[in-house]
Amino acid sequence: MDLNNVVKIPIGPQHPCLKEPACFTVSLNGERLAGLDLRLGYNHRGIEKAAESRTYIQNIYLIERVCGICSHSHPSCYIQCVEQIAGLEVPARGRYLRSLIGELERVHSHLLWLGVAAYEIGFETLLMYSWRDREVVMDILAMLTGNRVNYAANVIGGANRDITEDHKKDILKAVDVLEERTKYYIEVATEEATLIARLSNVGYISLDDVKLMGTAGPTARASGLDYDVRRDDPYAAYKDIPFKVITDTHCDVYGRALVRVGELMESYKMIRHIIQNIPDGPIAVKAPRKIPAGEAISRYEAPRGEDVHYVRSNGTDKPERVRVRAPTMVNLLSVPKMLEGDNLADVPITIAAIDPCFSCTDRAIRVSDLDGGNAKVMTWNETRRFGIDWYRKNGIDFTDLNKRLAGRMR
Amino acid sequence: MGIVNKLVTWSRVKSPWILHFNTGACNACDIEVVASITPRYDVERFGLLLKGTPRHADVLVCSGPLTRQIESRLVRIYEQMAHPKFVVAVGTCACSGGVFNGCYNIKGGIDSAIPVSAYIPGCPVRPEAIIDGVVKLLGSLQNPTEAPATPIVINPPEESEELHG
Ligand code: SF4
Repeated sequence: MDLNNVVKIPIGPQHPCLKEPACFTVSLNGERLAGLDLRLGYNHRGIEKAAESRTYIQNIYLIERVCGICSHSHPSCYIQCVEQIAGLEVPARGRYLRSLIGELERVHSHLLWLGVAAYEIGFETLLMYSWRDREVVMDILAMLTGNRVNYAANVIGGANRDITEDHKKDILKAVDVLEERTKYYIEVATEEATLIARLSNVGYISLDDVKLMGTAGPTARASGLDYDVRRDDPYAAYKDIPFKVITDTHCDVYGRALVRVGELMESYKMIRHIIQNIPDGPIAVKAPRKIPAGEAISRYEAPRGEDVHYVRSNGTDKPERVRVRAPTMVNLLSVPKMLEGDNLADVPITIAAIDPCFSCTDRAIRVSDLDGGNAKVMTWNETRRFGIDWYRKNGIDFTDLNKRLAGRMR
Repeated sequence: MGIVNKLVTWSRVKSPWILHFNTGACNACDIEVVASITPRYDVERFGLLLKGTPRHADVLVCSGPLTRQIESRLVRIYEQMAHPKFVVAVGTCACSGGVFNGCYNIKGGIDSAIPVSAYIPGCPVRPEAIIDGVVKLLGSLQNPTEAPATPIVINPPEESEELHG
C-alpha cells in the first residue's frame, strides 16, 4: 500500500451519523479503508467511582443511567450481584416481572436499532415506520413503570411494581400489533432487493474472528455463534420460558438485521408466555440495608449482548467496587476487523450494525492501527493510572477533592 | 427593524434549524429527542429541521452533563454556530449535572460552559416537554439579537393518572 496516498478523515465527535460522541479517524486509500483509529471517552462520567460513594439503593438508579436504552439490563445485572452476595432468593413472580420488562426492553431496543440502521443507509421511511411502532411498546413500558425510559422496575430482592389483569390485556393487545408490524419488517428484509444488496457482504466477520475477539450478542449470533446467556446461564425466569436462540450464517450486516428481527418475534412469544404463566405471590423479598462482605459477578443478556457486572462489598451500606463491562466494549473491538478493505460509505452502517452504545462503554481506551497491527489496549487500571499521572503532571491533583467528596457523601 | 431583518426573523421563527449534540448523556434523553422528531410527536410540523453541522444551525440542543473531555468540543461547536444562536438544555443532566453531580469527570450542567436559553428538566425528558420547550423558545426567537434574558424553564408535568396507568 502506498502510504503517501492515505488520507485521514476524522468522523466525530460531533457527526450526523453518530448519535453519541466518539471519534473515528478513518485512513483512506482511495475509496478503500486503510485503517481506523478509535477515540472514546467523551461520554466518560465516572459512574463506577461514583457508585463507591453511594448506597446500594442509590446505586440502582445510578447504574440505570449507565445507558438509557439498556436501562433495565444494567440495574438487573447489578442487583443480581448484590442479591448473590446477600443470599437473597427472588420470589417467582418477581423473577417473571424482571423477564417481562427485560423482553419489552429488547423489543424497544431492537426496533430502535432497526430505525437507526435504516437511517444510516438512507432508508428514512423505515426509520419513521419502526419508531412509530416503537411508541406502542414505549406506551406499555410507561404504563407498567411510570417512565418511558429509565424504568426503575427493580429493587434489591425483586421487582418494584406489580402488574394487574388490565395491564395483561393491554400488553397482549400491544404484542399482537407489534407482531403484525414485525412480520412486515421481515418481509421487507427478505424481499426488498435494494436493502439486501446494500447490506450483504458489508462488515463481514467470520465465526473464528468472532470467537477470537469475544464478540457478543446479536453481532456474534449473526456469524453463527450459538450462544445466549438467557439459555446458557439462565437468570430471572428464563429457565421456565421456552425460546429459540436466533442465529444466522451471513456474517455481515444483513445477517445482523435478520437476527434482530428474528429476536423480536421470539420476544413476543416470550412475553405472551410470561403473561399466561406468571405465578401469583409476592413480588419482592425485603433486603437488608447493609450487605455482608463478599464479591459476585453476574451476567445478563442485554439487547446488545452479554453484560457483565462485578460487585465487591465490605459489610457496609456502600459497595467497595462496582465494575461494569458493557457489551459494546467487546463488540467495538471487532469493528476494525469488520471494516478491513471496505468502502468509506460502509463505515456508518457497519458501526451502527453492532448497535454501539458509547455511554455504556466509555471506560477504557483502545488505540488500534490496522496497517502495523500494533493494537494497544489499555485496561481500566492502566487508563486510570495514566489519567491520574497526566493530571498530576499538569498540576491537577484529585486526591484532595476525592477525600473531600467522600467526606461530604458520608 | 429593516425589511431584511424582518424577513430573516420571520424565516427563522418559521423554520429554525437545530443541531443535536450529546455532551455525555446516558442516551435516554437522546432517544427522546429523536423520538420527538418521529411520527408520534413530530416537531417538524413547527418547521424544525435536524441538521448535521453547527454552521447551519440556529438552535443547539444539548443532552447530558458536561464531561471534562467534551467541554472544549462543545465550546468549539457553539462558536461555529452563526449568530443569533440559542441553546436548549434537554434533561436534568444538561440543566445541572443531575444524577452524575459529584462525579470526578463531570463539570455540571452545560451552562457551566456556554449560555443556555431554555432548560427542559426530566430524567429523561418526555417528548411532550421537549415540544413545549421548543415552542416557547420559538416565541422568544422573535427577538433576534440576543438570547432571552431570563431562560425559559419547562416544569415537569404533574403526576397524573394517565402517566402511571
Ligand atoms: S437527564 Fe437522565 S435520562 Fe437524561 S441523560 Fe441525564 S441521566 Fe440520562
